[in-house]
Amino acid sequence: MKVLNRKNLAILLAVLVAYGGIQAAIAARLVPPFYSVNLMLICVYVILATSLNLINGVTGQFSIGHAGFMAIGAYLSAIVSVKLHGPLGAAILAGAIVSAGVGFLVGLPTLRLKGDYLAITTLGVGQIVQVVFFNTNYVGGAAGFTVPRTVNWTWAFWLTVISIVIIHNFTNSTHGRACISVRENEIAAEAMGINSTKYKVMAFSLGSFFGGIAGGLYANYMYLIQPTTFSFLTSFNILVMVVLGGLGSMTGSIVGAVVMTVLSAYLSNFPEWRMVVTALLLIVMMLFRPSGLLGTKEFNLGFLGKKGESRAA
Amino acid sequence: MGHVLREGLQQVVNGLSMGSVYALIALGYTMVYGIVKLINFAHGDVMMIGAYVGWLATSRLHMSFVPALLLAMASCALLGVIIERIAYKPLRNATRVAALITAIGVSLFLEYGNMLVASAQVRSYPPVLPSVSYKVGGVYLQYGAIVIFGTTIILMILLTLTVQYTKIGKAMRAASFDKDAALMMGVNVNSTISATFAIGSALAAAAGVLYGAYYNTIDPLMGIIPGLKAFIAAVLGGIGIIPGAVVGGLVLGLTEAAVSALGASTWRDAVAFLILILVLILKPSGLFGKNVREKV
Amino acid sequence: MLLKLENLSKSFGGLKAVANLNIEIGQSELVGLIGPNGAGKTTVFNLLTGVYEASEGKMIFAGKDVGGLRPYQVTHRGIARTFQNIRLFGDLSVIDNVKIAFHQHDKYSALSAVLRLPSFFRGEEEMESKALALLEVFHLRGRAAEVAKNLPYGEQRRLEIARAMATEPRLLLLDEPAAGMNPQETRALMELIRWLRDNFQLTILLIEHDMSLVMGVCERIYVLDYGMIIASGTPEQIRIDPKVIEAYLGEEAI
Repeated sequence: MKVLNRKNLAILLAVLVAYGGIQAAIAARLVPPFYSVNLMLICVYVILATSLNLINGVTGQFSIGHAGFMAIGAYLSAIVSVKLHGPLGAAILAGAIVSAGVGFLVGLPTLRLKGDYLAITTLGVGQIVQVVFFNTNYVGGAAGFTVPRTVNWTWAFWLTVISIVIIHNFTNSTHGRACISVRENEIAAEAMGINSTKYKVMAFSLGSFFGGIAGGLYANYMYLIQPTTFSFLTSFNILVMVVLGGLGSMTGSIVGAVVMTVLSAYLSNFPEWRMVVTALLLIVMMLFRPSGLLGTKEFNLGFLGKKGESRAA
Repeated sequence: MGHVLREGLQQVVNGLSMGSVYALIALGYTMVYGIVKLINFAHGDVMMIGAYVGWLATSRLHMSFVPALLLAMASCALLGVIIERIAYKPLRNATRVAALITAIGVSLFLEYGNMLVASAQVRSYPPVLPSVSYKVGGVYLQYGAIVIFGTTIILMILLTLTVQYTKIGKAMRAASFDKDAALMMGVNVNSTISATFAIGSALAAAAGVLYGAYYNTIDPLMGIIPGLKAFIAAVLGGIGIIPGAVVGGLVLGLTEAAVSALGASTWRDAVAFLILILVLILKPSGLFGKNVREKV
Repeated sequence: MLLKLENLSKSFGGLKAVANLNIEIGQSELVGLIGPNGAGKTTVFNLLTGVYEASEGKMIFAGKDVGGLRPYQVTHRGIARTFQNIRLFGDLSVIDNVKIAFHQHDKYSALSAVLRLPSFFRGEEEMESKALALLEVFHLRGRAAEVAKNLPYGEQRRLEIARAMATEPRLLLLDEPAAGMNPQETRALMELIRWLRDNFQLTILLIEHDMSLVMGVCERIYVLDYGMIIASGTPEQIRIDPKVIEAYLGEEAI
């Protein structure tokens, strides 16, 4: 089978070593809370960044309201696990499905809009989601929603791996190419028989689904979720990760998410400096290297197998 | 019945005050968008900087209201030009998304840069406007509300006269209609764009000072929400259309006042964004705009 | 009749871009649509492919009304096109450009792509070999892995035709295929167009300014001026039609 080629086996091995190593360190109580929280946040942000990249980078539909879908996943999964006493897996899945559903309903009418109009609309959707939870006493309103910690490293790690694999496999298929063609030239894509609306909505719903997964992980780890956690600053934060890594590059998004999470962990005592540096980074990046660190290219994994795979997206 | 009517009129006054602030910011949005087709995300933050300059002038330099207002407008005009030259001009031919990301970067830079300079702490404006109220037919008209509304109307008239009758105004209209053609007709497009940013930023600064003087408190993140609301106002009125921005701002202010009057003030932001989404889906050109098509 | 346009009209805010157009094209015909700049030729293509909606009139393709369809639906019915201003997927490889056009005939679902089921691998393999075969025909096989926007101009035009052919059309609309080509490239293009028609029983409607190409390759020509058909017939008839000479050729003779 082609799935079990040398490259994929090498990746699998690396993934298992990463998981096992950290799991062993956790079991031996070698990981202080500061690191375990940030490991968890890295997983959450990697999922958020790769799923936003599917919408913004691969399909070219510029969304800046991803935190709204994270919020839906977080709150819905918290309702299932706290109020309905459901198991964690069901809670996260329920949150993701509702998030995807909202993404579908929102995307259908709004994805006709172009560029900055779509951007501001998605930002608005994120704001509306926040206001709705703010005004819902059932989930604690402004004070927030207390959720016991049930997510551990195993959950976070494997959900991240599964999310990455699914997004990767989708992107690298004829359906992913259809999304890319919409990004490249929507008129030409339609003329080649691509139903652009269908693929925009599909990418948006799938992106929202994984945004919801990230929210579910976050809610069931952090003890407390509040509407303000999911403000547009969070959306901007995710956007920064995707843009710095290179719009359209999945590995770029992963690197962007890891770097930015680590950066904010170490600069957490200087939040203003962190944001000023981030802002300058964004501006300088757009002025001198608008395609991001990696452009639309992926990290070359050629050294792992016989022949490197380098694709255009 | 009389009580309900009075209450309603009171909300109209409140709505017009907030709506005036939106309108002033929206004017800058709409002018800049008209000419460079960029949503200047940092525009609300220019308003915030204006509010801080006004605060500095009144509380530290003990200036009175009008000089402080003018100082803030002048400083922000300069700031607007600098932002355009450094961050936006090099990207004029880049993708819209690159420009949008840069605008977000500039916005974050102003917010958190100011936090470093002036701290995140909330500041209160000194009482630059007398806290008098006039009772007109049972409705209280605060002095501040009259100043806000009056200043907005004066500035809008000045802007309209500028755009209609001055040389720079004609250049602006020409450049927003067709930049290349304007260039060929001898319009200095670069200085026209600078002038647009200067005027737009000065108006935002005026909004900032008025906001601070009327609502008293300011902080480094104060510009975000009014900035977004002003964008909604600009879209509502038809982006690129100057009277549209003012009408859009006032309509939005009145709508929010109505939502508050119904006891749902915590839903205000959601309603505003819902209006934006509905306008964009149903009539993207706004109340006063014409539809345009992409050429194939 | 494969294609029948009946009283087709399109106005943009009072301005009639196309007025009462009547065109009939039979199976495997090779027809030209000519006219001065701004005569409304590209508007006809945009109407036919669903980019614009007609103000009035009917478009019957293969016996069915294709009015009001979205562009991708028109493509599914069997009409493909190229663009006057080349619209390739510039940042993608040459072969990916072609694969995207094969998408509508593809057999595996998004789910089997995500799960990497056998149908995914079969589908991808089939697509790859079909795309390579098509590139071979257009002498682009050696360029398969190159980024489309890096191709020379003439090859970009050819790739656009190859990509349109990948949708497996019955009617091919070519919008100024020879624009920017040198006489030698134009001659090769004429060969290619004839060969496509003969080999695939394809019907072709083309817009062109290069008279040598139009006269050399088309069996029938419609002449459009100010949105109206002012003449139609064989190249010989068109060449001597006084109205055409006045409206179009006369302009060039000066």
